[in-house]
Amino acid sequence: MPKIKMPKGTPSIDMTPMVDLAFLLVTFFMLTASFRNAEPVTVETPSSISDKIIPENILMVTLDKDGRVFFNLSDAEARKEMLNNMLQKYKIGLSPEKIEEFSFMSTFGCTMQELPAYMNTEAAKRASFPTKGIPTDSTKNELLDWLSFAATAAGNTGRTAFEEAKLKGAEPKMEDFKPKFILRVDSKTLYKDAQVVIDVFRELNLNNLNFVTSAEAIPVN
Amino acid sequence: MAQIAESGGGDHGKGKKRAKKGSTHVDMTPMVDLAFLLLTFFVLTSTFSKPKVMPLNYPAKVKDETDVKPPKANNVVTFLLTDDKVYYYRGEFYPKSRPGANGPTELSEADFGSGENSVRKLLASWNEYVIKNKVELDKKLDAKQIADTTYERKLNDLTVKREAVKVLIKTDDKALCKSFIDLVDELKIASVGVIAPTDLSAGEKELLKAKN
Repeated sequence: MPKIKMPKGTPSIDMTPMVDLAFLLVTFFMLTASFRNAEPVTVETPSSISDKIIPENILMVTLDKDGRVFFNLSDAEARKEMLNNMLQKYKIGLSPEKIEEFSFMSTFGCTMQELPAYMNTEAAKRASFPTKGIPTDSTKNELLDWLSFAATAAGNTGRTAFEEAKLKGAEPKMEDFKPKFILRVDSKTLYKDAQVVIDVFRELNLNNLNFVTSAEAIPVN
Repeated sequence: MAQIAESGGGDHGKGKKRAKKGSTHVDMTPMVDLAFLLLTFFVLTSTFSKPKVMPLNYPAKVKDETDVKPPKANNVVTFLLTDDKVYYYRGEFYPKSRPGANGPTELSEADFGSGENSVRKLLASWNEYVIKNKVELDKKLDAKQIADTTYERKLNDLTVKREAVKVLIKTDDKALCKSFIDLVDELKIASVGVIAPTDLSAGEKELLKAKN
């Protein structure tokens, strides 16, 4: 009886197709991934059937479940203008590097007094910065100032972007470039806390608000 | 493992030096490891869905509230929110001291489920007129008989008609944002066009208190 010959040497599998696929997927994910900026608060938004995607040029007020107020302005140019106006109004100094850094940050939340300390905190540690958020009480309504400066600044940059798009020959709609006002609330936030912020918006005559929600299936019947 | 590079050639005791004949395979294992590591990282960190937004228009602020009378609208439903509960009454508010034709206003409870007492079922029956007409408009839009702008205008006209339901939302101090947004969402599902978040009156506050 002849013996079964065992193959000698090292067994080899051609891995090239697998590697090709792996790199294809890596490339795909690398190019499509959009990274979220670090947020100082985690907010669990309620869900709705709305399928409107969050716009580009936005002013966003975030309320966490304890009612603390945070603010974000998407446009870097407008952020700088807004911050300079705020610093001037509250007579607070901040180094030009910090102002530059601020313009590329995302959501922030602290009083004007705390701002220099907040900016000097390491970026990774800002999430645990002890703060009560932006004050909204009627005697010291800092949110109102942030919002009014932000609305003006974002309106200006929006108009510039609109003019530029027009020069390029496209037919843009002004509506797409106007800043939109977004309110992001946690499911567990009390509505009366949100109402305080909504009233600040209404004070500035900004009545068209948008609530951030996660998508939900439309019921069929 | 892809291929273990064997050292080919080797020394021969004597004879001419030959060019190495070994395999040209490169050990790809570390590269594959890295590729999969990156792949896993990007798969896990990438966020696919951008968050959505739900638009809601608030009434403009009036500077002097004393001379603003509540408008008399037809077919008004008032929803009252507290904690995670929803109450409603239809029509005008009649306090106990000044009862209407059907006695004083009483609150009924609703929920966000899908049963008989759910907000969705109630709204679907109250706002039947708009929902029915909207279906026809949708059909026309799909068949490209009307333009987008015409559709929007007609839908807008429809929701302010006498037969259409208009909704007031009133919240007390304990109401959660979740129930507010759930309610607005239900209103949008039922194609309610006129939604006004307003403040509780003293009489309504008392009724809510009695319910809890």
